[in-house]
Amino acid sequence: MLLTVVVLLPVVVAAVLMMLPRLSQRAVAWSWVAAAAVDLALVIWMWIGFDPGRGTSGVVDGLAYDTKVRWIPTVDAAYHVGVDGLSLPLIALTSLLFLAVAIWSQREQDRPRRFAAVFLFLQTTCLGTFAALDLILFFVFFDLSIVGMYFVIAGWGHGNNRRSALKFFLYTFVGSLALLLGFIGLFLGGEERTFDMVRLAARPPLDDSPLLCGLVLLAIGIGLAVKTPLFPFHTWLPDAHTDAPAAGSAILAGVLLKLGTYGFVRIAMPMLPAAWQRWAMVAVVVGVVSVLWGAFVALAQRDAKRMIAYTSVNHMGYVILGLGVAGLVGADPEARTIATVGALVQMVSHGLLTGALFLLTGVLWSRGGTYDFSRWGGLARPAPLFAAALAVAVFGSLGLPGFSSFIAEFQVFTGTIQAAPVAGVIAVTGILVTAGLFLLAVQRLLTGPPLLAVPDAGPVTDDDGSTGSEFGVTADTAPRRAPAAAHAGHGAMDHGAMDHGAMDHGAMDHGAMDHGAMDHGAMDHGAPDDADAQTTTPTTTTPPPPSFPDLRMHEIASIVPLLVLSVVIGLAPVFLLDVIAPAAAAVVELVSR
Amino acid sequence: MTGTGAMSGSPTDLLPELLLVLGAAVGLLLGLWTPQHRQGRVRLVALTAALASAAAAVPALLGDDVTVYGGTWVIDEVTGVVRLTVALSTAAVLALSSRSLAGHPRETEAYVLMLLGATGAVALAAAGDMLMLVAAYLVASVPLYALAGFVKDSRGTEATLKYYLMGAFAGVLMLVGLTTLVLATGGSGYAGLTDRLPGAPTSLVAVGAIGLLAGVGFKAGAVPMHFWVPDVIAGTTPAMAAFITTVPKLGAVAAAFRLLEGPLAEPGVDVALVVAVIAALSMTWGNLAAFQQTEVLRLMAYSTVSQVGYLFMAVAVAARTDLAEPALALYLAGYAVTNVGAFAAAAALPQARTLTDWARAARRRPWLVGSLVVVLLGLVGTPPTAVFVGKVTVFAAAADGSFGWLMVLAAVNTVASLFYYLRWFGPAVRMTARPAGTGPAADVLPAPARTAYAAAVGSLLLGAGAGLWLLLVGL
Repeated sequence: MLLTVVVLLPVVVAAVLMMLPRLSQRAVAWSWVAAAAVDLALVIWMWIGFDPGRGTSGVVDGLAYDTKVRWIPTVDAAYHVGVDGLSLPLIALTSLLFLAVAIWSQREQDRPRRFAAVFLFLQTTCLGTFAALDLILFFVFFDLSIVGMYFVIAGWGHGNNRRSALKFFLYTFVGSLALLLGFIGLFLGGEERTFDMVRLAARPPLDDSPLLCGLVLLAIGIGLAVKTPLFPFHTWLPDAHTDAPAAGSAILAGVLLKLGTYGFVRIAMPMLPAAWQRWAMVAVVVGVVSVLWGAFVALAQRDAKRMIAYTSVNHMGYVILGLGVAGLVGADPEARTIATVGALVQMVSHGLLTGALFLLTGVLWSRGGTYDFSRWGGLARPAPLFAAALAVAVFGSLGLPGFSSFIAEFQVFTGTIQAAPVAGVIAVTGILVTAGLFLLAVQRLLTGPPLLAVPDAGPVTDDDGSTGSEFGVTADTAPRRAPAAAHAGHGAMDHGAMDHGAMDHGAMDHGAMDHGAMDHGAMDHGAPDDADAQTTTPTTTTPPPPSFPDLRMHEIASIVPLLVLSVVIGLAPVFLLDVIAPAAAAVVELVSR
Repeated sequence: MTGTGAMSGSPTDLLPELLLVLGAAVGLLLGLWTPQHRQGRVRLVALTAALASAAAAVPALLGDDVTVYGGTWVIDEVTGVVRLTVALSTAAVLALSSRSLAGHPRETEAYVLMLLGATGAVALAAAGDMLMLVAAYLVASVPLYALAGFVKDSRGTEATLKYYLMGAFAGVLMLVGLTTLVLATGGSGYAGLTDRLPGAPTSLVAVGAIGLLAGVGFKAGAVPMHFWVPDVIAGTTPAMAAFITTVPKLGAVAAAFRLLEGPLAEPGVDVALVVAVIAALSMTWGNLAAFQQTEVLRLMAYSTVSQVGYLFMAVAVAARTDLAEPALALYLAGYAVTNVGAFAAAAALPQARTLTDWARAARRRPWLVGSLVVVLLGLVGTPPTAVFVGKVTVFAAAADGSFGWLMVLAAVNTVASLFYYLRWFGPAVRMTARPAGTGPAADVLPAPARTAYAAAVGSLLLGAGAGLWLLLVGL
């Protein structure tokens, strides 16, 4: 029951918000934060009351807070939710990240009520996916998360956001249908026909038919690989990330990607152990390729957000590498368990650090309307807090000891090098590349002479045009932004280059221009933004000297806790490992059947 | 021909149908004595009859399956599902058509024809004898010809003619099929056919099966008998279109299911494969044709063609798996509520013919746009709507009936369908997303808008309450 409340609370609040059109922006923002905070508190309460059990507990036994209500009895689909060591950390991560995003979005001016409602809806879908113990229920939440994220990107993104949103929707929708076909395969293949995850995992279907078993794993694997995303299904990710609002990117990377990897641990591995063993090497190879591909392509990026997006491919590669190792039954069980634990910790760690990184790139966007490395430099001087937070997040992401990612990657490598030495050695080079690219990014952004992006300045945009279509965001929007902002009557001349309100709406106007007469609304946001700009930007002289206001209160409050938690996990991981380790051992044992 | 099973002749067995006919008769008489501007009372009569028919269908669901009147009329779960969905869809269409028909010179006639058409649809589903099937076909078709041409403009007249000629042609094919099967087995009752068809000459069975399928395929609007659908739908009002694409389809799909479950289950010819191919063609063709449409009603017309494809998946595996019947029950109900909802959204803005017009007119109607999103995503099969549950069970049934390829094709088509539904609700969402706009918002007709809201909610509730629905219909 408690779990159901945790899952449904956000969507209920979202519905209430939608019912109250007269609510002020402040009230909306605070009720969103309150809802997210209550949800997180309930999850912490659940964590305290959770007994992970000893030995191999989880997946098929030791499920806590479970509720089962029959839904479609003829196919034995039910509303069945519960938590174990696999899902609880991810549920906690989800609640925390959504709270961070709620705090971050305190000052959202663009349709704040709907923004909050969409995110709350998204929170329910993510929590529901992690809590689901029924394949159909899992699919319901999984699919709805796509719908929610589509609206986030299409409604509040920038640049070429509608195209990116559609791309995201189609890729992941195709993936989810492949997933559904796989689920139907599991249902039909089982002795007792059921969609119940626990029973399917306890008695794996299709044991006697390697071909069907492989096909079902292929369908499920493709579905989850698109979501994760793994090479070669990752191509939607950079676009979606670049054009999503910062809050959306943080959720997309921090939570939604985990839905894919979680699906592997929760569904593919325990329910299709024979096929997973047989094809474990494929998972290892795909993992290694994703690690390297993500790292090298990230290295080539000149856009901070795209770079971080590609490092997500890299980090998800470690997860799938660890999970692949879990299926190499010839290897030492101990090593396989270590790799699995590492993969699970990596999910949590990546959520914290990449969530923080995406929020930090949101700071760049809100100050200068661009993510382009060539337009930023020397930010450490004007914005020491930002610099410190970025440095911490970056060092965390590259796997420095003392951070959660070290605990994760260290275990993945320990397991891999014992079980599949070649893959392990190759994957380690991925760490070197990411270390290099993260340091390079820090160097470009924080050191050197101060270079502050001025979105409305003409010469800079000319430079930008030559960077090619890959940086479509800046190249596309910057030239058109100036007239749009001027038109709105509060552009660069009046309130300085840092008027981020004007910029955001400039980007929106760019969208509006594409549809001609269909839309004149964007400009009408001028009035509230004007007020906002005056209160938040210190420089209102003409012409304005470029400046970079440091992190504001709500930005600190949303980013710093994520980094702190990553360090806590890095220094004292026991509270997390105590929960994860039994479940990981259970998964490894189930896969070995 | 005598049927097997329990026989009875109690008139109360047909109470739901009698109520529909009674409503039509009373409505017609009342309409004759009612002045033009007061004809709304006929609608109340018709609405009452439809709701009473739905209520009367419930007790029969709780009882055992019976076969009445010499095996010609079967009352089982399938009939029960169709009785309920047809009566409730008719009621919904009556409700949503109130404004567009009020004061119309032929208002009474429209309501009466709808009730008669609904009776025909139930008769199609309940027919346990080929002669009854043909009779039901006529009862279900003739009122709709009149409804299709209700507007009496050139588009409508052309569409009606096309509809009528196609209908006559399909009727002849059906009669040929009937004759051939009588020739092959010496009887027309399904029970006798089921026994004797496996031993009958293959060529006769093949001709007979094709003939019968042509008839029900025409009523259902399945490829290759679908040519009337886009013209008729685009040539009439959205309210009529909602009726024509929902009510007869429910009966026709159920009739096809009954044929495939019994007489054509094991006739020596692979009828199931033929139906599977029809299903595949319908969903694919409907989708491909829908891509290019710019008119709301034409888009929806092709959407209904593709939806029939998914429904025929359950028909194809009718005799092959126990999952087929629940799948049919879920998908039929889901389709009915969702499809009526989509047409209601179209009817709420009657001036908007094209997709962009609609989006522009709905600019300040977030609830209407929201309902449209729910309904159209429902037609795609997005959880947790009713059609999603229907689709999952239909997919499972198809795979279980060894039509795995059909399931994969249906999944591919599901993805494809997203594109054209997005073409409708995508612009609408974007326009409401920017609150301020120029010019006043278009007037929304309240009754269709309310129907659309109700359908959106109903689609979600039916998805969540799928188990209860199956419990109600006894599956």
